Amino acid sequence: MDLKQFAKELRLSALKMACDCGKNGSHVGSGLSSIEIMATLYGDVLKYDVNHPADENRDRLVVSKGHCVLAYYSALNKVGFLSDEDIASFETNGSHFHGHAMRNLKHGIEFSGGSLGMGMSFAVGLALSCKKKGLSCRVFALVGDGECDEGLIWEAAMSAAHYQLDNFMVIVDRNKLQYDGPTELVMNPLDLAKKFEAFGFDVQVADGHDCNALSKALKKMADKPMCVIADTVKGKGVSFMEGVKEWHHHTLSQEEYEQAVKEVANV
Amino acid sequence: MFEITRINARSCSLLGQRGAIFGLAALEAAREDEKFVLLTADLATLSGMTKYIDRYPDRFHNVGIAEQNMIGIAAGLAAEGFHPCATTYATFITMRSCEQIRHFCGYMKEKIIVVGSGAGLSQGFAGNTHYTMEDLAVMRSIPNMTIMSPADGASAVKQFELARTAEGAVYMRLTGNLNCPMVYKDDVSFEIGKANLLKEGHDVVIFAVGTMVSTALKAATLLEGKGIGATVYDLFSVKPVDREAILSAKQYRLAVTVEEHNKMGGLGAAVAEVMTGQTGMPKLLRCGIHDRFDTAGDYEGLLAQNKLTPELLAEDITSAVNK
Repeated sequence: MDLKQFAKELRLSALKMACDCGKNGSHVGSGLSSIEIMATLYGDVLKYDVNHPADENRDRLVVSKGHCVLAYYSALNKVGFLSDEDIASFETNGSHFHGHAMRNLKHGIEFSGGSLGMGMSFAVGLALSCKKKGLSCRVFALVGDGECDEGLIWEAAMSAAHYQLDNFMVIVDRNKLQYDGPTELVMNPLDLAKKFEAFGFDVQVADGHDCNALSKALKKMADKPMCVIADTVKGKGVSFMEGVKEWHHHTLSQEEYEQAVKEVANV
Repeated sequence: MFEITRINARSCSLLGQRGAIFGLAALEAAREDEKFVLLTADLATLSGMTKYIDRYPDRFHNVGIAEQNMIGIAAGLAAEGFHPCATTYATFITMRSCEQIRHFCGYMKEKIIVVGSGAGLSQGFAGNTHYTMEDLAVMRSIPNMTIMSPADGASAVKQFELARTAEGAVYMRLTGNLNCPMVYKDDVSFEIGKANLLKEGHDVVIFAVGTMVSTALKAATLLEGKGIGATVYDLFSVKPVDREAILSAKQYRLAVTVEEHNKMGGLGAAVAEVMTGQTGMPKLLRCGIHDRFDTAGDYEGLLAQNKLTPELLAEDITSAVNK
């Protein structure tokens, strides 16, 4: 699969969802920062079968940073877990598709996101279960850098190392912005790579918008839990969104949508 | 299937509710069910898990002093088809990890048996951090939770078996200490949503839960001496609660709730919620822990401060029924 092209399709889909949900608004910035991560996972790394979504041997992806649904739902749609009607119902009354995904294995969704920190702990439980069952699958948790403010992330990290979960990988979408501004100003995470290393993880830092670099990092195996810090840009791909905190959650007008699509399509 | 006999009722009473569950019922669960997994947050020794750990080391996880992570890991195990039971002190499991219980047990419907021990005032001189008077209020308001609070050691074992077969997550609230008073000496069946009628009288109906069932029975005997007949129900199933039993209060001059929990939000509130809007209901006297943090005291002293001894309870009921 051409991962770069796949990422472009996901980005265009994410923008369409953001525009279609109108005045409800959506988490645009974080959706766009995680596009290449989703593209690489679903296009190249994860083992899954859309016809057997609960297959015991599948890799499990826990999207703990539950607000990145624009990228997540788009990926699930492009690979066949979600229909076009499903994602068209995003943020409409009575829909299953909230602003944060709800667990439903038929949809390929392992975890109900929205409350930060929870997914990492849940993913440790999944990875521990897979070990107990003797499965060779892998468990991934996607967390945000702002999410790493949560104490539960570090409780879970401690336990992943304690239980020697070499089937577990946490991916940090290091987009350097949280709701209230730069992570360094809101609550300085200092050196996340060193922190995860100190917690007993094998740590890699990768360009979070380079699918080849991500692919290499995400496929690496170690004899302990792994962490990939994906260096990203919030709002990536759209000039007026990149690094602008207001786009954390925002409405996207028709005019802005057309401008954004033009920029993304021309890359 | 555990059957209560006079002999095992006594040993369960000696072990207390916590000891009976983790020294007996959990071992039986692991023997019967290879998917059963026990988790704790640095409370294995106190909970009497030594035998369990020796016998089932692969189905035991001590997550350290990290209650929130314990519930998250338990949820992951449940999602993969295991049958986890997670436990520590009631105050920490229901409040430190309240949102985890809401998220994983309530919202995601992962089946975890959440066991909170030392609820109420039994922690004595450990102080207010270790008392639990809010857990029923907190857990009751989370959708998809079943809540049980056994009256004694033997019924704790029976209700643990019930929790294993229940649909969805269960919070088990364990009260009392070692040597907890015996209520059930012969076998009895428990059903979620059904109260157990323990004694019948004509004037007053007492709905009690946890250790207060024994206290209520003793108070009822004292009331008899004053010519006041009391019916006593064990409302071990706090959620769902037995509406029919509560509505039977119409036949009495006074309804009483007794719990080792804040008077607000717990059993008294559950009973009041059922009575609200019904016609012909008697006055409701709600007895429980006063809405305050207590000064230092041993268990008996703290119960007395809150008028939760048989004598003080009988006094309160007598004055309420005569008003």
